[in-house]
Amino acid sequence: MKVIRKVPFYMQLPVSILFLLIIMLFAIWYGAADTTLKDVFEAIFQQKGSQYRSVLLELRFPRVIAAFFVGSALAVAGAVMQGVTRNSLADPGLLGVTAGANAALAGTLVFAPAASYYVIIVSCFIGAGIGMILVYGISATVKGGLSPMKLVLAGAAVTAFLQAIADGVGILFNISKDVSMWTSGGLIGTTWQALIGVVPFIVIGLILAMIMSRQLTILSLNEDVAIGLGQNIALVKWILMFVVVLLAGASVALVGNLAFVGLMIPHMVRAFVGTDYRYVIPMCMSFGGSFMVLADFTGRIMNAPFETPVVSIVSVIGLPFFLILVRKGGKAFVA
Amino acid sequence: MSHENLRTSRKWLFLSMGIYLVLFVVGLSFGASTLSIDRLIPVLFGQGTFKEEFILFSIRLPRILILTLAGAALAMAGAVLQSVTRNDLADPGIIGINSGAGVGITVFYLFAGSKIQHFAYVLPVIAFIGGLLTAICIYFFSFEKGKGIQPVKLVLIGVGFASALSGLMILMISSAERQDVAFISEWLAGSIWGTDWPFIVALFPWLMICIPIIYFKANVLNLLTLSEPTAIGLGVNINKERSILLVVAVALAAAAVSVTGRVGFIGLMGPHFAKRLVGPKHQSFLVITPFIGAILLVLADILAQIIFSSAAVPTGIVVAIIGAPYFLYLLRK
Repeated sequence: MKVIRKVPFYMQLPVSILFLLIIMLFAIWYGAADTTLKDVFEAIFQQKGSQYRSVLLELRFPRVIAAFFVGSALAVAGAVMQGVTRNSLADPGLLGVTAGANAALAGTLVFAPAASYYVIIVSCFIGAGIGMILVYGISATVKGGLSPMKLVLAGAAVTAFLQAIADGVGILFNISKDVSMWTSGGLIGTTWQALIGVVPFIVIGLILAMIMSRQLTILSLNEDVAIGLGQNIALVKWILMFVVVLLAGASVALVGNLAFVGLMIPHMVRAFVGTDYRYVIPMCMSFGGSFMVLADFTGRIMNAPFETPVVSIVSVIGLPFFLILVRKGGKAFVA
Repeated sequence: MSHENLRTSRKWLFLSMGIYLVLFVVGLSFGASTLSIDRLIPVLFGQGTFKEEFILFSIRLPRILILTLAGAALAMAGAVLQSVTRNDLADPGIIGINSGAGVGITVFYLFAGSKIQHFAYVLPVIAFIGGLLTAICIYFFSFEKGKGIQPVKLVLIGVGFASALSGLMILMISSAERQDVAFISEWLAGSIWGTDWPFIVALFPWLMICIPIIYFKANVLNLLTLSEPTAIGLGVNINKERSILLVVAVALAAAAVSVTGRVGFIGLMGPHFAKRLVGPKHQSFLVITPFIGAILLVLADILAQIIFSSAAVPTGIVVAIIGAPYFLYLLRK
């Protein structure tokens, strides 16, 4: 690890972006329809292409792009949560944020079936906020707050609760198929229209996270130091939590309830670039994006032409990471 | 046990039995098509119409009996887990044993397919193997040299396993036929599917063997809840007793969920309510724990039938909506 860390950041980032581009190219290239590399280039650079042009343009491109944004959003949301709460086990999926967005989504599909995409996205944000407030609110009612591990347990219980409500609403109003199309369907059937609706929010969230990364680094070290350096802690925390809600809510609107990405990626990234969030956040974007594109790609080709739900792939891959972190007592901040 | 304590625990025992009987009768007469309460006794003695007899003997009675057995088994499993791991938050659902059992059932289901109904007696065994393997993994990961088991860590690792194993179930089943996917997703939502007499016959022996073992070990359980050195000092072979009790708890939980689907939180709430009522001594609270478990599950099922009118009633969802806030309440303490 030490050898890798000696490589300067301005070298690491281009390498990781190159890696990301290669994975994206492969994900567009391979699939149920037998496309060649030539088809891909023709679809990108020429007005008219082969017979597969519409497959590539309408199915694979939006899907791969969505995977990239969801991965980046979740990884950055996880990194921000870990920094703000100084809890290395924080993850929007584990702490009830995505479950809240998920439940809100189910509710919206019931009470406003004709809701436009923007209404759905906004309700996801509200739900994500509620999920986060529930978990941190419960923690705040305990003197001195819950320990990192207990916070995750509270998150698990809130997730179970919100998930049960989402499932119940789905079965009760006979829309469980619609709900699971969103929640366990992963990125199947992502359209350009959905992308145009969601991606701007993710981009805003990512930019905000970049702007705040210096403040986040200071906050993640020590609250007293942050105050001493003249930081308005409350304001910074609120902005950062808003970023998490924005990123997690938007990714639920695209991919559904997905845990572990926000946990794994920041820890992997810290092994390369250390704990300075000015480096961690951009690396999280490219790492998280690569991971998600790869996971979605795996789900697509593992049992082709059937789809394997990407949510289950991620949760199976995520378990070893979770176990290692828990065994280290949630203190594995510097890998 | 003092005279006063004995009286309170007897009082609560009779009271919980009474509540259970009321729910039993309500559950029998309640459902998609009504069977009024005053018709119950005539139908039981064979004086009902064909339709009434069919509803009672083929639908309602087996369902309630399954719920009763499963609720009792889950509550007892939870009680043992809580004492053995010295952790108030332990529950076979939360720490992933139920999901492990589910993976076992999924593997079996991939081979047996829709003929799974014919394998009622094998299912609990398969679920037991899956649950036991998971429990061993969780135990291994939460064990630390020189420190023993870390209670909070154990639950946390279990939560991780529960989520990953549910994912694994979906991974395995996604290669299968459409109707198989429906079966597993209903299992995950905790809809009681094994509501037929063979399943009752399959589940009953597990309780008959495991619950007496737990009663027999009540005093050992008392000692295990003390600190580890104290228990050793009092002559308890900790590792041996722990292993036996864990196997018994896994057996109860796995057998129960093999027919009910994933139902969590009963093993959390049952023993806690029991301890609240009659105190933490195992000899007293273990007696009413199975009744409370049965009450909770039957009640959840009645509520689920009121709220949901679909074919597959997701009892597990109702249990989670009640149980998760209770878990949070315990966590805060």
